[in-house]
Amino acid sequence: MDSEWVIDAQGLEKSYGSGASRFDALKGVSVQIAPGETVAIVGKSGSGKSTLMHLLALLDEPDRGTLQVAGNDAKSLSKRAVNELRNKEFGFVFQQFFLTPNVSVLDNVILPLKIAGTGGKERRRRGMEVLEQLELADKAGNKATTLSGGQKQRVVIGRALVNAPRVIFADEPTGNLDTATGAVVEDILFDLNRSQGITLVIVTHDEELAARCDRQIYIRDGLVVSRTASTHTGAHALSTADALTAGGAA
Amino acid sequence: MRTKDLVTTAISNTFRSKLRTTLTVLAIFVGAFTLTLTNAVGAGVSQYVDAQVGALGSPDVFIITQASDATAAGDGPVEYDASSSASVSSNQGPPGTTTKALTDTDLATIGDTAGIESVDPIRSVQPDYIEYDSGIPYEFSINATSAVTTADLTAGAQLDGGASEAQLVLPDTFVTPLGFASADDAVGASVSIGITDILGETHVVDATVVGVSLESLLAAGAGANDALIAELADAQSGGIDTAVTSYGVAVAHFDTALSADAVTALKADLATAGYTASTIEDQLGAVQTVINGIVGVLNAFAVIALIAAAFGIINTLLMSVQERTREIGLMKAMGMSGGKVYTLFSLEAIVIGFLGSAIGAGVAIALGSALSAVLSQGLLAGLPGLNILVFEPASVAFVIGLVMLIAFLSGTLPAQRAAKQNPIESLRYE
Repeated sequence: MDSEWVIDAQGLEKSYGSGASRFDALKGVSVQIAPGETVAIVGKSGSGKSTLMHLLALLDEPDRGTLQVAGNDAKSLSKRAVNELRNKEFGFVFQQFFLTPNVSVLDNVILPLKIAGTGGKERRRRGMEVLEQLELADKAGNKATTLSGGQKQRVVIGRALVNAPRVIFADEPTGNLDTATGAVVEDILFDLNRSQGITLVIVTHDEELAARCDRQIYIRDGLVVSRTASTHTGAHALSTADALTAGGAA
Repeated sequence: MRTKDLVTTAISNTFRSKLRTTLTVLAIFVGAFTLTLTNAVGAGVSQYVDAQVGALGSPDVFIITQASDATAAGDGPVEYDASSSASVSSNQGPPGTTTKALTDTDLATIGDTAGIESVDPIRSVQPDYIEYDSGIPYEFSINATSAVTTADLTAGAQLDGGASEAQLVLPDTFVTPLGFASADDAVGASVSIGITDILGETHVVDATVVGVSLESLLAAGAGANDALIAELADAQSGGIDTAVTSYGVAVAHFDTALSADAVTALKADLATAGYTASTIEDQLGAVQTVINGIVGVLNAFAVIALIAAAFGIINTLLMSVQERTREIGLMKAMGMSGGKVYTLFSLEAIVIGFLGSAIGAGVAIALGSALSAVLSQGLLAGLPGLNILVFEPASVAFVIGLVMLIAFLSGTLPAQRAAKQNPIESLRYE
């Protein structure tokens, strides 16, 4: 279905617990994401940014508010349809790698295809294609545990990419990496956006990474706030501007 | 996820934690091993008993005696009645038991009962010896009921009841002493049987060996057909008509087409007429009940071992679910349905169950067959024809199937837990 937005969320609310321990994670957040866009969801831990991503990625259901994903109303979708949507349209990159140990790199990468029920030959072909793209083809047979951190995160990106998704959700994709490898991983993600038009939704508290995105959504205490409310110093803003140019050059 | 992928994933997941899987498999192994062996013992012994039952008689035969008139204490002595009070020694009941004799009238009554096809009195003969080709004579006895029995043959054929020729089925222990090279060699040979008549004179009767039988636990002596028994009985009576028309036991054939209920009804009819009729199964029922009881108890122990192993499976899989929380969460985030996650973990349980039971049954068969061979040469050599362990493919398959079912049931709880996992909770950072 043609839609201006790949994701269109209006007035999302989500709370956990009840009574005195009730915690309102989101208090009415509206977010719209266009196809091919790169969007950063920025906020401190506990701000509700991860909850927002979970809702956008259909990993959780909002208490209130409407959510349209690729033209479908999320509420009207069956459980099966939601699973299929996540499997076919979304890719996930998490801060932690969540690679299956003692299983080869290739097998880790093709997991979404396996879940989708793609045939063995096609899985292998797609998996190798993605690994070649990420310059990991020579590691295809290695156990995932033998790789370095940067290589592992590249495998994770490969796994997110293998089903040719429309949107990749990345939750602190560089949080677990040193600056240099983190930068390489960022470059890969933005390059995928440019070359394949994959929409990127990046959850981060890293201003530099956020600044590389087309658009930033600042979340604070469960609400979308303006940038200034979230950042404190002009110097910080300056450094993000530097990063932006650096990212463009990379 | 395709079924094939689910199965291969389940198998490879099972081997991911090798030590844990091995230990769980070992626990199941013990149960499956025991269950396979106890089943084999049950099968082996009942096969042997069946052969012995065959040696005792055909399934369509009643052994009939007068109903026991054992008087209850306090009733006082029973008045003598010339027509019915003759007692004969009987092989029914403990040694020395006497029963009231069956007369020709009784036989006629029994024969007239609806459902009975024929009735024959059992005449016992006591031959002295057997010899072959004027060699060394050996002491010898004949099983009075052999005419209606099916011998456990090693060579030759069964007795022909209708033949006019005197036929003999020789116990295999006689083959070598009598001077035959083998059991097959004995078949067709003519042997001489010595018998002393009531006047003390010895007669010799010739008979043809038609078969060689394994020694039986329950029916001692050689088998003789009606013709041979008649000839021996004539010799024994010394040509004098002893006018004995009373017999301890009679054998009655009934219609083989009768159902079990009809047989019971027939027994009741005979009981009202004053006769005790019992089939071979009745007589061996007690033995089989005891054997089944023992096998049942052994099986119960094996099942207890399996139940213990089931908790092992639950534990292993719960640990596995715990350990793989992230992996499950990730798979669910990537669109795997709860049902598929459930299937995956259930399959892992079944794979563990299959491994344990297949290895257990395999080792049981290998060890048991070797043991059975050794035992039948050694400890159990006195019971020829007994294979203590008989592995029936159906019962082995049943054991494997049962263990896989137990494993599946054990896997339900962990699998349910895995299926219910919330992907967000599972992927939450520490």
